[in-house]
Amino acid sequence: MAPRFKTGEKVKVMKAYPLGHVRTPFYIRGCVGEIERLCGSFPNPEELAQMRDGLPAQPLYRVRFRQKEVWPDYRGSPSDVLEVEIFQHWLEKA
Amino acid sequence: MTDRGKYQPLSYFQLMEVTLRELLVEKGLLTEAQVQAEVAAMRDRTPERGARVVAKAWTDAAFKQRLLENGTTACEELGLGLGTLKLVVVENTPQVHNAIVCTLCSCYPRMLLGIPPDWYKSRNYRSRMVREPRAVLAEFGLRIAEHVTIRIHDSTADMRYMVLPLRPAGTEGWSEQRLAALVSRDAMIGVAIPSLS
Repeated sequence: MAPRFKTGEKVKVMKAYPLGHVRTPFYIRGCVGEIERLCGSFPNPEELAQMRDGLPAQPLYRVRFRQKEVWPDYRGSPSDVLEVEIFQHWLEKA
Repeated sequence: MTDRGKYQPLSYFQLMEVTLRELLVEKGLLTEAQVQAEVAAMRDRTPERGARVVAKAWTDAAFKQRLLENGTTACEELGLGLGTLKLVVVENTPQVHNAIVCTLCSCYPRMLLGIPPDWYKSRNYRSRMVREPRAVLAEFGLRIAEHVTIRIHDSTADMRYMVLPLRPAGTEGWSEQRLAALVSRDAMIGVAIPSLS
């Protein structure tokens, strides 16, 4: 599967709650961040958990979020950030 | 001493481990010797491996560059095979302090840092490190100035992380070996910083 996003691009994590083994933490769903880098493509863990091959491999990104966006009551510097690995099928353009 | 020689039944997970191991051996997929060798290899991996990488990066700018570009291949240069681990090294600077956590489970760069400390796997650390990192770091005795950006890395998928700490002032001209002795496991997780004191 071809990568759809470039470094620096703004993305939004989908606010979805499927059942099963998912590597997108609850706290980051619905948040807007910026692509930090593309890590490569890896078999989809949601499929692997079902004993399937996870192919085609999904592009995996590191996405950078401002702490103040993730936690509106965040105490700390406004420049503090959080970086999370998110698979492409969880991301949409923001 | 909690072990007074009293019989303790196996816990759920201990029983599962024994059952699975015995089945794998019985079916000829593994031997007891292979299991023992792997356990021994896991115990032998200590944070000194990571400290070697840090000391090399502190003394060799070209190596540092390669390490930040591709952690896995740079470690291989030092004879540290990481297996299938994809390593991302994040660099501390006077403006940025990095720290790692795995909120979903307890992903950890075992090939470089060995067996993780218990607190790394605790719900307390995992849930609070992304939510109030400055308060958590303060509990480790690390107070990060307001003007320094804190960058927390949640290892949720296939990457593993190691922090490249700042080289302490006053270590000019030190050998790699001497520098490596300054680098603790906690400094490579990002909950401590190396210092001379």
